[in-house]
Amino acid sequence: MKFNIYDLTSFTQWIDSSLRASMSPGWAVTVEMIIIGLAILIFFALIGLFLVYAERKVCAFMQNRLGPNRVGPGGIFQTVADLVKLLFVELVPIKNADKILFNLAPFIVIVASIMAIGALPFAKGLQAIDLNIGVFYLMAVSSMGVIGVLLAGWSSNNKYSLIGAMRSGAQIVSYELSVGLALITMVILAGTMQLSEMIEAQRWGWFIFKGHIPAVIAFVIYIIAGTAETNRGPFDLAEAESELTAGYHTEYSGIKFALFFLAEYINMFIVAAIATTVFLGGWMPLHVYGWDGFNKVMDFIPPFIWFLGKTFGVVFVMMWLKWTFPRLRIDQLLTLEWKFLLPINIFNLLLMAFLVLAGWHW
Amino acid sequence: MEEAVVNVPLEQEEYIINMGPQHPSTHGVLRLVVSLKGEMVQNVQPHIGYVHRGIEKMCENLTYQQIIHLTDRMDYLSAHINNEAVCLAVEKALGIEVSDRVKYIRTILSELTRIQSHQLFWATYGMDLGGLTCFFYGLRDRELILDIFEETCGGRMIVSYNTPGGLMNDIHPNFQKRTKDFIKYFRKTLPEYDRLLTGNVIFQERLKGIGRINREDAIAWGLTGPVGRASGFSCDIRKHNPYSAYDKVTFNEILYDEGDSFHRYQVRMDEMWESMNIIEQLIDNIPEGAYAEKMKPVIKLPEGEYWQSVETARGELGVFIESDGNKYPYRMKFRSPNFVNLAPLNIMATGFKIADLVAINGSLDLVIPDIDR
Repeated sequence: MKFNIYDLTSFTQWIDSSLRASMSPGWAVTVEMIIIGLAILIFFALIGLFLVYAERKVCAFMQNRLGPNRVGPGGIFQTVADLVKLLFVELVPIKNADKILFNLAPFIVIVASIMAIGALPFAKGLQAIDLNIGVFYLMAVSSMGVIGVLLAGWSSNNKYSLIGAMRSGAQIVSYELSVGLALITMVILAGTMQLSEMIEAQRWGWFIFKGHIPAVIAFVIYIIAGTAETNRGPFDLAEAESELTAGYHTEYSGIKFALFFLAEYINMFIVAAIATTVFLGGWMPLHVYGWDGFNKVMDFIPPFIWFLGKTFGVVFVMMWLKWTFPRLRIDQLLTLEWKFLLPINIFNLLLMAFLVLAGWHW
Repeated sequence: MEEAVVNVPLEQEEYIINMGPQHPSTHGVLRLVVSLKGEMVQNVQPHIGYVHRGIEKMCENLTYQQIIHLTDRMDYLSAHINNEAVCLAVEKALGIEVSDRVKYIRTILSELTRIQSHQLFWATYGMDLGGLTCFFYGLRDRELILDIFEETCGGRMIVSYNTPGGLMNDIHPNFQKRTKDFIKYFRKTLPEYDRLLTGNVIFQERLKGIGRINREDAIAWGLTGPVGRASGFSCDIRKHNPYSAYDKVTFNEILYDEGDSFHRYQVRMDEMWESMNIIEQLIDNIPEGAYAEKMKPVIKLPEGEYWQSVETARGELGVFIESDGNKYPYRMKFRSPNFVNLAPLNIMATGFKIADLVAINGSLDLVIPDIDR
């Protein structure tokens, strides 16, 4: 089998065909599912650890500090050490907490983000499942996490947690609209919800360049709303360290806290990955029509490098926002969504529809 | 724990949460019992006394030189100014006139103290509002002042540099140069603070019109310092009742009429500029002279009552000494600005949201050990 990093379709098909050759189709599918599940879990942990490390380094850079620099070269194993420590921390039992919901909450949050990762196209042919309603699916599963946050706040029997959870509920339900509308704007432009087709449509220009002004507006709104969806600063009202100590996960300790913590970073990655896929061309290299030499050079960089590079670029912007801006108040947060982002978004949607109908988008 | 179940007041109108004594935004061990309705603050009840050390009572068994060191521990961010207050009171009681050199040095150090206190305020206030980067910027610049203190006074935060009749030591040879270097540096850096925080839309929206207190109320509650001046109450002791070398310098008293959290913040930002002006006027003109007057080893104040007030970074600090002619004071009383400034928190915060309570509480710039003493 010829391994080609520029097109992993042959690689995945080789796995599939060799599995099917050695066992019955039912077993082959089961084994494939297990392989994918393990791969996603490993990726999940790695990306979570890396993002925590990256955030600490980025914020140190913004804040005139060095950041972690003791464990391993440049402190790269610091987060691993932190995770190991969190694994051994005692799980403090909470009296009068709703035990079932309390234990269930972190898993809902984690499962929601794992499900979203499953549908992301990492490179050509490297996508666990290519749904024909990919964008819709991503929006659906990523909004599931809020249930976990609400349950965590409710079941902790802590007043700060409850306030944090209620804020988070109001916030995510509101900003879900903006995320959805911004993505629908791009779906109009692409004419499809299937992620692989969307990426293919961006071969000769990413949507953010192709879609003229509406795409740029949608991108900005998506970044704002996406940051809000992940409960990160300046929208981190659900945690609001200085007001609510730690918000909805005040009472969580040890590995349960670590799950919330990891999920926050994974969600950030997912939001950035969706932005990459829908606005910035996914794993598609930067092509300019007619510049053949330039395109050749760009094609030389493997697709997953393109994907991860763009995603971490967006992640960096989100970190930059967090470490620069102070936190909003809950009423300002809702005002921003319902009085500004939503009307702009609806207008933008109409503008994009008009643009596509008029055929100005190529 | 049974009680806790009963206490969850879901059926009641009010939702009572307990902020502190260990809470990130109360800057110490202040406990606020907050009644909420949704997110709205209905009532705030400050509970104080978690770091009560009985400083006033302890003073009754200490000589005046020893008392100086206790005053550091009240408002630890204005340590030098606290020392100065006691020294001035004792000198006034004894009728000692310290040399101009002492006066100049005291004034310069007081203003440096004020700047570093406001820097820390800026740092922690940004953090209260969720802008975590401010904290590191503020502390980075404050470090330079602490280095000046370390070199001249020996201590960094708890300086204890004053003594009745003068100073512990003469200034370090580097003092003038380092101070001038700092001023030069900070004149460039202070606009950075504005760019990072003051001009931010979110920051302004969070603070403008929040926790407003008008001039009449400010006077009635006895608010002093930046809190009082933001409401238009001209209460700068340096201006109205100059001590040390404040009568030899020109500076503006920063006054605003709005009295909201943003202007309390703005007063402090402007005061840093004024403090730099004051230091610049004095730093090159420190006259020669004795750094301390010859004092008896045991100071006995004549019988009577003595009062001296100074302007700390947070407001008017009053020192009241009642002496019965002994080497210990008969009664020592400190009028601490933080205690008074905390009092109207309830009327400021009622009707605002819990996030605003944090903003208002932060804008008062409380130092809890000064409240409890």
